[in-house]
Amino acid sequence: MSAVAEPLLRVEELRVQFPTEDGIVHAVDGISYQLGQRGTLGIVGESGSGKTVSSLTTMGLTRAQGARISGRILFEGRDLLALPEHEMRAIRGNDIAMIFQDPLSSLHPFYKVGSQLAEAVRAHQQSSKAQARARAVELLGLVGIPDPARRAQEYPHEFSGGMRQRAMIAMALANEPKLLIADEPTTALDVTVQAQILALLERLQHELGMAILIITHDLGVVAEIADEIAVMYAGRIVETASTRLIFSQPQHPYTWGLLRSIPRLTGPREAELAPIPGTPPSLINRPSGCHFHPRCAYAQPDHARMDPALEPVPGEPGHHVACLLTAEERRRLWAELRAGRTPAQARQAQPSAEAPRPQPSGEPQQ
Amino acid sequence: MLRYIIRRLLWGVLLLILVSALTFVLFRILPTGDPARLRAGRSSSPRVIAALRVDLGLNRSLPEQFWLYMKGIFLHFNLGYSYYSDAPVRGLLADRLAATLSLTAGAAVIWLLSGLAVGIISAVRRRSKLDRGAMGTALLLISAPEYWLGLIALYLFAADIGQLRVFPGAGSYVGLTSDPWKWLTSLIMPWLVLAATNAAIYARLVRGSLIEVMGEDYIRTARAKGLSERRVVLRHGLRSAVNPVMTILGLDIGVLLGGAVLVETVFDIPGIGRLNYDAITHSDFPIVQGTVLIAALFIIVANILVDIAYAYLDPRVRFS
Repeated sequence: MSAVAEPLLRVEELRVQFPTEDGIVHAVDGISYQLGQRGTLGIVGESGSGKTVSSLTTMGLTRAQGARISGRILFEGRDLLALPEHEMRAIRGNDIAMIFQDPLSSLHPFYKVGSQLAEAVRAHQQSSKAQARARAVELLGLVGIPDPARRAQEYPHEFSGGMRQRAMIAMALANEPKLLIADEPTTALDVTVQAQILALLERLQHELGMAILIITHDLGVVAEIADEIAVMYAGRIVETASTRLIFSQPQHPYTWGLLRSIPRLTGPREAELAPIPGTPPSLINRPSGCHFHPRCAYAQPDHARMDPALEPVPGEPGHHVACLLTAEERRRLWAELRAGRTPAQARQAQPSAEAPRPQPSGEPQQ
Repeated sequence: MLRYIIRRLLWGVLLLILVSALTFVLFRILPTGDPARLRAGRSSSPRVIAALRVDLGLNRSLPEQFWLYMKGIFLHFNLGYSYYSDAPVRGLLADRLAATLSLTAGAAVIWLLSGLAVGIISAVRRRSKLDRGAMGTALLLISAPEYWLGLIALYLFAADIGQLRVFPGAGSYVGLTSDPWKWLTSLIMPWLVLAATNAAIYARLVRGSLIEVMGEDYIRTARAKGLSERRVVLRHGLRSAVNPVMTILGLDIGVLLGGAVLVETVFDIPGIGRLNYDAITHSDFPIVQGTVLIAALFIIVANILVDIAYAYLDPRVRFS
């Protein structure tokens, strides 16, 4: 109402912790981002980076799990974290809707697809059963399911994978949400179907004017659909920028790793994919200093002690990175990597003054 | 679907013949009294006993006896006659069925409803004091033998011998048609005793099943739709969680219709279980054979019904 420039969704210093018998899981550790009306933000990271927990928290779905939540999630200026459950429920599935990774397990196996959609309609709208059923058929048609009236009478197991995800999308659209959260919407699908689902999401976004928060481990997915990208690692955002900048001028070694692990058709056939060495860290006992340092090919000894903050990249508006390397060093390294060198070669190409190398745990592949 | 049911029914018939044969053989192998001698009474001459033996068909060979028995069942639905009273077994079973049916049906309603209610509450309030208390009580009830529970109930509440004379005691059963009020009151204690163990088992089953289901992705979807938690639990969670419950409910009812021997004996209810018990103590083979057969029949039918119900409950199940 007041600020014109108020974004649709603004997350501020969100922290989500789960106390367990083994210790506290720091699933989300102080992340901030915002998403404007009709915008698309991609949150990218490996499994266990906190991206799903942060979106479930936005939906108010981590409350019951004994999560400790702090920070603010402002949706149209209202702090969702401060809302009582019944008000949150009125928003959930109505103003904010969500689709999930595995559409088969996300649909109830014992109810017909049409009735599951009708239920979503009736959860937030005063309508008769017949009206809701008609609306369900209309929604199935909207997401491109052929013969929607007949398909509405079928059970989820009678649908193909792509059709199930379309049905899930139809269900999420039942109340024309302002924000759609898509959590790995294409991961469980065949590659050709993935492209169809992404195209469908884009078309629906144009038609319905909603914002999309898309969560994925696949930079290829967000490249197609997102305006902005936030890269998450171990519960934190380590880099955020427009999609164009993330692909052209990535600043964080973890982002480099993600980019270098995408297969390309344009490069030489012999070029091997470069996986990021090591595994995502435990969110109970996180590495000291920069959480990425044990897997980083360019880490300095003191990076195990210093904790980088998300700071603006000089000369690139809207680009933020949490990295202890200097901006010049990062530009140089990325240029070397882009020229096809390995991290080890890139590091030695022009050793920087205070770099007595290398970090044993961060040794990349040969 | 129809072909499936017919196939199952044919298998069921075969199974019944096998059960009959097994009972037949077991009864002859096990050391029981000579039926003819028992029937004749203590001071009977060998001549009378021999005549009785011919009368009862005991002089024929075992396969011949079995063949005649089977022929009687299939051609005339004749289950034979009691060695003792000469009464037709079919008639005896029919007389006793009402009591067993009354006992089983009432108990099943009680244990199903209470098991569901306690199970749901325990699952939703998992690890609360309520949950722990309910599950502790359930464990106690599961561990308590029903004849013991029955005797305790009689000792405490029976109108004749009880400390607090609340309900009619043992032997007070009357048929529903002759006096509905007496029928109801006489069955309250047997129902509760018979239901107690099962209610506890069902509560634990429902709790476990519901907790598992509540972790499913489609429950998260239901919540994401903005449904009330009540609707999420009852319509989405319970709908899946009741499937295993329905399976064992069918089987449990099938077993009990064959006679709740202990409870019928403790409360002196003239049901099939009681009939069977008495027949065994008197070596009244045709009755034992009849009760075993009807018990097997109920279990087989219950099994088929459970399978058919499953197809209704779970659309992914299709018969081929």
